[in-house]
Amino acid sequence: MEEYTEKVMEHFRNPRNVGEIKDPSGRGKVGNPVCGDIMELYIKVDDKGVITDVKFKTFGCGAAIATSSVLTEIVKGKTVEEAAKISNTDIVDALGGLPKVKIHCSLLGVEALQKAIADYRSKKDTG
Amino acid sequence: MRKVYLDANATTPVHPEVTEAMIPFCRGIFGNASSVHSFGREARKNLEAARKKVAALINAASPDEIVFTSGGTESDNFAIKGVASALKEKGSHIITSSVEHLAVLNTCKYLEKMGCKVTYLGVDKYGVIDLEELKKSVTDKTILITIMAANNETGTIMPVEKIAQIAKDKGVTFHTDAVQMIGKMPFDVKKMGADLVSMSAHKINGPKGTGALYIKKGTRIDKFIHGGHHEKNRRAGTENVSGIVGFGKACEIMQKEGAEKYDKVKELRDELHRRIEKNIKQVMLNGHPENRLPNTLNISFKYLEGESILLSLDLEGIAASTGSACTSGSLEPSHVLKAMGVEPMFAQGSVRFSLGVFNTKEDIAYVAEKLPPIIERLRKMSPVYKPEENDR
Repeated sequence: MEEYTEKVMEHFRNPRNVGEIKDPSGRGKVGNPVCGDIMELYIKVDDKGVITDVKFKTFGCGAAIATSSVLTEIVKGKTVEEAAKISNTDIVDALGGLPKVKIHCSLLGVEALQKAIADYRSKKDTG
Repeated sequence: MRKVYLDANATTPVHPEVTEAMIPFCRGIFGNASSVHSFGREARKNLEAARKKVAALINAASPDEIVFTSGGTESDNFAIKGVASALKEKGSHIITSSVEHLAVLNTCKYLEKMGCKVTYLGVDKYGVIDLEELKKSVTDKTILITIMAANNETGTIMPVEKIAQIAKDKGVTFHTDAVQMIGKMPFDVKKMGADLVSMSAHKINGPKGTGALYIKKGTRIDKFIHGGHHEKNRRAGTENVSGIVGFGKACEIMQKEGAEKYDKVKELRDELHRRIEKNIKQVMLNGHPENRLPNTLNISFKYLEGESILLSLDLEGIAASTGSACTSGSLEPSHVLKAMGVEPMFAQGSVRFSLGVFNTKEDIAYVAEKLPPIIERLRKMSPVYKPEENDR
């Protein structure tokens, strides 16, 4: 096992915002059991376009869980436009770094967020 | 915090008597065992005494049949490449199984690149090959059958004696990687019937960096490591005397105490299994329920990923291993579980507990206590977890 930073371990031991949102504004699910990573992200957006609540559920390794957890922290309180600009390097930086073989977990996190935002936007468009 | 080591199939602690036996060879007795003078002769004397002990553990007809190597991986490379080279006039077809250790599989893959043809036999859901399929795979170009004695991930035991008989009937050399079996169970080469057997010291409370290849008298095999004329011109390189002496001592201890110790290990392993099945739902044993090494418990926790379980265990001081993709260094989960047909949702959540002779009842009680809350916490986080109706 590669060395995880203290921040990664902290998020693994005490992940933030675990759970589901019953009536989410947007929902994004990515990954599959064959490669061992599945992330599900739920967002609640108010009428000003601010993400007021975020929840996650993750099937995956320590890095996958830590990535999801820190992502919810980064996203909460941002507008949808700001959240759409979040990159995987933002996630890696917030964790103080990830082992090279685990960088793909941060890419998966961004993908889940993009899917949740797309879901929110399509729901908004269809009223 | 209590520390519990349940990763014996990865490596084992060096037995204190083995350490004691090795120390003089890191201090005063430093001679090159091939030197003519008294310094060399003293090293040589101890080396040959160790060889006798290694031979005795597997009931080899003669200590001359033991060639020391740097470990199981080198022994596997030596056996497979050595036979492929020696018998290349006869043919270049090798038969192996799809659940072998990478030291065998990747050596075979390398030989395929060099022009050999390799048959990778499939296995059943327990990880055992089909003897009929093996018989049918042999052609007049087959020069080697290489099939492990017991699997390192699941502990499942292969029918070595029957494979040896098939090999003998067809006139094909038979190598078995017995690295995980030797020491844990009785292994008599005369009974087993293999021509070549890989052994490793650090799996039986010996030092790392030392192993052996048993080569039955009359077996045709070329050198793998060229150089000086060491090991009766079979494996070049100044002998690792301290490691070899340690290996010999480990074999001696195992021969005297192994059977009784592993009876106890089996009881502890079965107790851990019982407690896991009692307290955690949706788990699955990987491997044969009976024909399995006495110390290995490979168990899958559905809807979870193995590395996150290992990390949680590590935070509680418990050491184990997994076949999940995240720890294999690739994006592929365990090739062994895949070959056994284990579905990905179970394969990713596999944990291997492999016990050793130093584990105690208290170790097992501690793990049995810590595991259920770990599984519960991770399942709450899992987007695919489906509690059964009577799930707790």
